[in-house]
Amino acid sequence: MTTLAYLIPVALFLGALGLGGFLWALKSGQYEDLDGAAERILIDREDKIGR
Amino acid sequence: MSCCAPGAEMALDLVNTGSVLPSSQEIRLASRSLGDDLRQTDLSVPTVHCAACIEAIETALGMLDQVESTRVNLSTKRVAVRWRGNQVPPFVAALGRLGYEAHLFDPEVDNKDKTLSELIRAVAVAGFAAGNIMLLSVSVWSGAEGATRDLFHWLSALIAIPALAFAGGIFFRSAWNALRHGRMNMDVPIAVGVSLAYAMSLYETINHGDHAYFDASVSLLFFLLIGRTLDHVMRERARTAVKGLSQLAVRGAMVLRGDGARDYLPVGEIEPGMLLLIAAGERIPVDGKVSRGTSDLDCSLVSGESTPRSVAPGEAVQAGVLNLTGPLTIGATAAAKDSFLAEMVRLMEAAEGGRAHYRRIADRVSALYAPVVHLTAFVTFLGWMAATGDWHRATTIAIAVLIITCPCALGLAVPIVQVVAARRLFENGIMVKDGSAMERLATIDTAVFDKTGTLTLGQPRLVNAGSMDPGMLAVAGDMAAHSRHPFSRAIAGFAAPGARHKFDTVTEHPGFGIEATDAGSTWRLGRRGWAGWKARTGGEGKHGYGGTVLTKDGLIVATFNFEDALRADAGLAIKLLSDAGVSVQMLSGDTAGACGEAAEMLGIEDFVPCLLPSGKVERIETLAKDGHKVLMVGDGLNDTPALSAAHVSIAPATAADIGRYAADFVFLRESLLAVPLALDVSRKAGHLIRQNIAIAIVYNAVAVPIAILGHVTPLIAAIAMSASSLLVIGNALRLQSSRPSSPVKNVRRDRRSDITKLA
Repeated sequence: MTTLAYLIPVALFLGALGLGGFLWALKSGQYEDLDGAAERILIDREDKIGR
Repeated sequence: MSCCAPGAEMALDLVNTGSVLPSSQEIRLASRSLGDDLRQTDLSVPTVHCAACIEAIETALGMLDQVESTRVNLSTKRVAVRWRGNQVPPFVAALGRLGYEAHLFDPEVDNKDKTLSELIRAVAVAGFAAGNIMLLSVSVWSGAEGATRDLFHWLSALIAIPALAFAGGIFFRSAWNALRHGRMNMDVPIAVGVSLAYAMSLYETINHGDHAYFDASVSLLFFLLIGRTLDHVMRERARTAVKGLSQLAVRGAMVLRGDGARDYLPVGEIEPGMLLLIAAGERIPVDGKVSRGTSDLDCSLVSGESTPRSVAPGEAVQAGVLNLTGPLTIGATAAAKDSFLAEMVRLMEAAEGGRAHYRRIADRVSALYAPVVHLTAFVTFLGWMAATGDWHRATTIAIAVLIITCPCALGLAVPIVQVVAARRLFENGIMVKDGSAMERLATIDTAVFDKTGTLTLGQPRLVNAGSMDPGMLAVAGDMAAHSRHPFSRAIAGFAAPGARHKFDTVTEHPGFGIEATDAGSTWRLGRRGWAGWKARTGGEGKHGYGGTVLTKDGLIVATFNFEDALRADAGLAIKLLSDAGVSVQMLSGDTAGACGEAAEMLGIEDFVPCLLPSGKVERIETLAKDGHKVLMVGDGLNDTPALSAAHVSIAPATAADIGRYAADFVFLRESLLAVPLALDVSRKAGHLIRQNIAIAIVYNAVAVPIAILGHVTPLIAAIAMSASSLLVIGNALRLQSSRPSSPVKNVRRDRRSDITKLA
């Protein structure tokens, strides 16, 4: 019973952390261009001009 | 553009004919100010496909002066450019040099999709809650008792609150909306079921009871939200793709002031009496009268006439026609709001009535379903009251009935099938505006086609090239390469490669033809009366287009006959429709002769030529009155009222803007096989929807007696609900794997390479 007292809060906290992370990513526009994000990994950063 | 094969959005070769780059004034007009002298322009670039494209575009545009930043969005195939200063940086031209065709995007459509982010957030919250509550519930089912069980119930109740408030809000609002208007929809039984389940579980928890349904109410919301989000994503995807097509309407025009000054004004500010300069390749923004210049006008999008019309000073021109060959000065006779285009919008709105009355299958089913379910629950309550007199037990069992019948499977049955169907259509280059369009398409028995631009491409094709002197054909081809007149383009295709004929001068005479000189002789390609000034042949050619000749020093050396080129697979598409039991008709604004020819080639028996836009609407309304469900396929401005009057409508990507927005389906490829394919998929989808609804009802028929007898525990409810949902989803996915049985499978697969995924 005493283990529950800290295990349940820990589990809920971790879950909430994941949920918060997802909502933050959504809000900061990381889901706006999924295809683009997949392709951009192939671009070398040094070559970029103007950003 | 070395990197990728053209994809679905690219099969639009025909859009570009005769279009010119947007002028810098137009770009400025369509940009949006971000304050502090910074402006943003959104361009749709349908041919971006990979990392190399992104890099090429961002690098090239970043190097232009005044450009602050460039960001390519690969999912929506758009480029956002931020720039400063008064001068518009030449980014459309820069993109053109890279080989990307760019269209301007209206700034107001760039609003972020609020509904989608709300739905995704709701799914996330509901998923979090459902997962955690399910964990706690599993421990209760596996034997947690006493204080531990109460603790778990309390925790579940707590976690369920944000889920109900946030995710449930979507259903509560929709249900309340429906009830307030005296209607019934799927959300009403959902809202009632979920909130009653929560209330009863809370009561049980307070009184240390052993059955709580928090898991059922929250996972129900989670499942339903997934279906709803997928549905929204599908529609959004189609909408974005349709909006990304090039805009055919005009944003503004160059106005010539009395003192000789030139201003670029938006269409809305053009008043009658103003003089407008229309360059070759531009569309005419408002109704007017030609005051200077001669030219040929392409009216195909406006009136359905396939032959270009030549105009001279004094003649009236309609808004929306394309100026082909020479610059024109026109005096505006009407403001944009009184022009032809606005008239079409009014006709369209007037015609909208018919399909607004259509009720979705899901809504019709729930209108029957909800009262039955609620009545059953109520009778169960009364029955147990009478039998035992224990009101607590009676209430518990009645609510268990509500939960077990809560239309989880029913709520998923329709959207899942439609999402799968829309995805299949999307892969074949067909965009669906919403699910109800597919339901409506499945019911049609009559298909009405427009001719010019729909059955035909609205582009003439040279038919007698084979019987002509090849030398003369080569000469004509070289001359024709200097003009953008549709006839010239058709002839230019036959120019001999390599061996160019040397002309000293080539001049185009708008409205007449092309004149070229070489080594002392004068060649003319154009109208018979103008080009063959020495000829005494008299009489026009037999064919509708018979007036075009090539002359040398005034003597006719070759005669050209044209016919309107049919859209790819038009004949096969018509045949497939007939085989599917749909009667086919053709309504056109073109002449009887041109219509007769096309109808004969395609095997259409029923056609009406020379129709005005309102005439098309009347025909469709007459058909509707006789009890037919009419599909309208058309592209022109003049078809738009008919598109919205019909039960369901399809437009090609080359259609006029308002037509594209009015139509339920838009197909992006050239082949007309899109129409029978859409019909086939819609009918199959309708079949599966009915099957799914039947499955959901059979499931209820089994589960409800168990619930009425009081044998349902939270565990049984959870298992039964998930099982029925999985069954329905599995059945819907059968549509994905089933391949069309008809020759539709010959759809040219080589034209596409990107398999577009739905999220």
